Amino acid sequence: MSATTDPYVGATLPAVAGVSPPHVVAFLIMTAALVAAPFFVYPVFLMKALCFALFACAFNLLIGYVGLLSFGHAVFLGSAGYGAAHSAKVWGFPPELAILFGTAAATVLGVVVGALAIRSKGIYFANITLAFAQMVYFFSLQAAFTGGEDGIQSVPRGTLLGVLNLKDTLTLYFVVLAIFLLGFLLIFRAIHSPFGQVLKAIRENEPRAISLGYRAEQYKLLAFVLSATFAGLAGATKALVFQLASLTDVHWTMSGEVVLMTLLGGLGTVFGPVVGAFIVVTLENYLAQLGAWVTVVQGVIFVICVLTFRRGVVGELGNLLRKSL
Amino acid sequence: MTIFGVPTQALFGQLLIGLINGAFYALLSLGLSVIFGLLNIINFTHGAQYMMGAFAAYFLLNWAGLGYWWALLVAPVAVAITGIALERTTLKRLYQLDHLYGLLLTFGFALIIQGLFRHQYGSSGLPYAMPAELAGGRNLGFMFLPNYRAWVIVFSLAVCLTTWYVIERTRLGSYLRAATENPSLVQAFGINVPRMITLTYGFGVGLAALAGVLAAPIYQVNPLMGADLIIVVFAVVVIGGLGSIMGSIVTGFGLGVVEGFTKVFYPEASNTVIFVIMAVVLLLRPAGLFGRAS
Repeated sequence: MSATTDPYVGATLPAVAGVSPPHVVAFLIMTAALVAAPFFVYPVFLMKALCFALFACAFNLLIGYVGLLSFGHAVFLGSAGYGAAHSAKVWGFPPELAILFGTAAATVLGVVVGALAIRSKGIYFANITLAFAQMVYFFSLQAAFTGGEDGIQSVPRGTLLGVLNLKDTLTLYFVVLAIFLLGFLLIFRAIHSPFGQVLKAIRENEPRAISLGYRAEQYKLLAFVLSATFAGLAGATKALVFQLASLTDVHWTMSGEVVLMTLLGGLGTVFGPVVGAFIVVTLENYLAQLGAWVTVVQGVIFVICVLTFRRGVVGELGNLLRKSL
Repeated sequence: MTIFGVPTQALFGQLLIGLINGAFYALLSLGLSVIFGLLNIINFTHGAQYMMGAFAAYFLLNWAGLGYWWALLVAPVAVAITGIALERTTLKRLYQLDHLYGLLLTFGFALIIQGLFRHQYGSSGLPYAMPAELAGGRNLGFMFLPNYRAWVIVFSLAVCLTTWYVIERTRLGSYLRAATENPSLVQAFGINVPRMITLTYGFGVGLAALAGVLAAPIYQVNPLMGADLIIVVFAVVVIGGLGSIMGSIVTGFGLGVVEGFTKVFYPEASNTVIFVIMAVVLLLRPAGLFGRAS
C-alpha cells in the first residue's frame, strides 16, 4: 500500500497501514548514517545508544500504539541483561544463545507482569507496572545469581555463531547494529500489520473494538509481551556490549529514562524513539561529570516536553513536513 | 517469652517499626488519594514534597531558629504553597489532556527537585534533633516504647482520621466529593471548582510535607528519602483502591504492620511483601480492597 497522491483524500485518511515513501527514505538515511558512524564516533557510545534506541522502540510499541504507559519497563531490560550475562558467564553459552536466553527471560516475565497489569488502564497501569518493577529490583538486589550491588561483571563476549569474534569492537558494533535493525523492522512490521491496526482501534475506542469481536485483552497482552521481548533483546545485547549486568538496568530511574527518550523523540512515531534515545544518551554523556545535574536536566526536559512539546522532535518534524514519520 | 519461636521483644519491636512505617504510608497515600480524587492525576512529586517537608523543618531550625513544634505547623504550609504555585502555573494546563501527562509532568518535577537538593546537600543525610519534650521512652513491661515513635503513630492517626472526617462528614467535604463525581455540575451550582482543585492539591502536598517533618527526627534529612518510599506508597494506594480515603488509612497502617512482621518471620521478603500483596489483590479485586469497580 502507498500513500495516495491526492492531497485531499490523503488529508482525511488516518495513518496509512504499510510502508510509505517517507518511511523508506528515513529508514535508508538512518541505516546509512549508522553504518558510517563508527568510523567517526566512538563505537561503544554508539552501541549504547543503539541498545537504548531499541529499548525505546519496544517501549513505544506499548505507549504509542496501545496507549499504555508502562513505568516499569526497565524490568525487561535488566532481567534480560541478567539472563544473558549469567548464561554467558556461568553456563558458558555462546553470545547468540545468551542473547536468546536473556530475551526469553524477558518474554516470560512479560507474560507474568502483562497478565496481571493488562486488566488496568491509564494511571493504574503505570502504577502497577512500576510496583512490579520495584519488586523485581528488590529481588535482583537479594538474589544470589545477580551479584547484588556488584552485578555480574566481566561477562565474556565470545564468538558469534563460532565465526565472528566479538572482542573486536567494530565487529561487535555491526552485530549490534544488525540486532537493532532487525528489532526495529520487526516492531515496524508489527505496528503496520492488521494486528497493529487492531491495537490502534483498541487505543482509540476499546468498547467498540470489543463489540466488533476483537478480544482486546489478548491483543493488549500480546503487544505487552512483544514490547517486553524487544526490551529484553536490547537488554541482553547491552549486557554483552558492556560485559556487565547491574542493578542500574532494573531500577525505576531506567524506566523513567525510556519514557523520557520516547517522549522527547515523539510518542507514537516510528523514528521518534531512536532520535530520542540518541539525544538523551548524548546528553548524559556530556553531563556525566556534572553529577546530580543530569537528573535536573532530565526533569527539565520532561517538563518542557509535557507543557509545550508533546509531539516530540520527530512528531514536530513530521508535522512540519506534513508526513507521518 | 516467645511467640511462634520469636522473642516477644523482637516481635513487638518490629510491630512498632511497622506501625511507624504504616503511619508514613498512610499519610502519604492519603495525600495521593485526595489529590487523585479531584485532579485525576498521580502526583509523582509526592516523594519529593515529603523530602521538602523534612528539609523545611531543617531550614527552620538552622536558619530561623524555629524548633520542631513550629516546623510541624510552618513546614507543611510552606511546602503546600510551592505545590499551589506548581498547580497554578503548570498542572492546570494539563487537565484537558490525557491524565498520563500529569504523571509525566510531576515525575519531571520530582527529578528536578531531588536533583537540585542532591546537588546542594549530597546524598548523605543531615541530622535533625528530636524535640526535647519527646525524648526518652517508657518501659511497658514487654517492650521499650520511645516517646517520639508513639507520638508519630498517634499524631498521624489523628491527622488521617480528621481528614477522613472532613471529607466524608462535613459540608466542605460533600462539595469536594461532588466535584470528584461531576465538576461541571458543581461549578454550575456556583462553587469555585478551580480554586477547590488548587487548594486540594495544596492540602495533599501539605500532608506529604507533614509526613516529612514527622520523619525528620527518625530518619535523617536526605534528598532521596522520598524517592524509593513513594513507589511503595504507590503500591499501597493500588492495594487500598485509588481515591478511597479510609482505604488509604487502613491499608497504610495495615501494610506497615505486615511488612514489620515479615521482617521477623521471613526477612528476605520484607522489601517485596507489599508488592506481592499487590499482585494478589489485583488478581482477586482489580479495583483494590476499598475501591469501587468502575
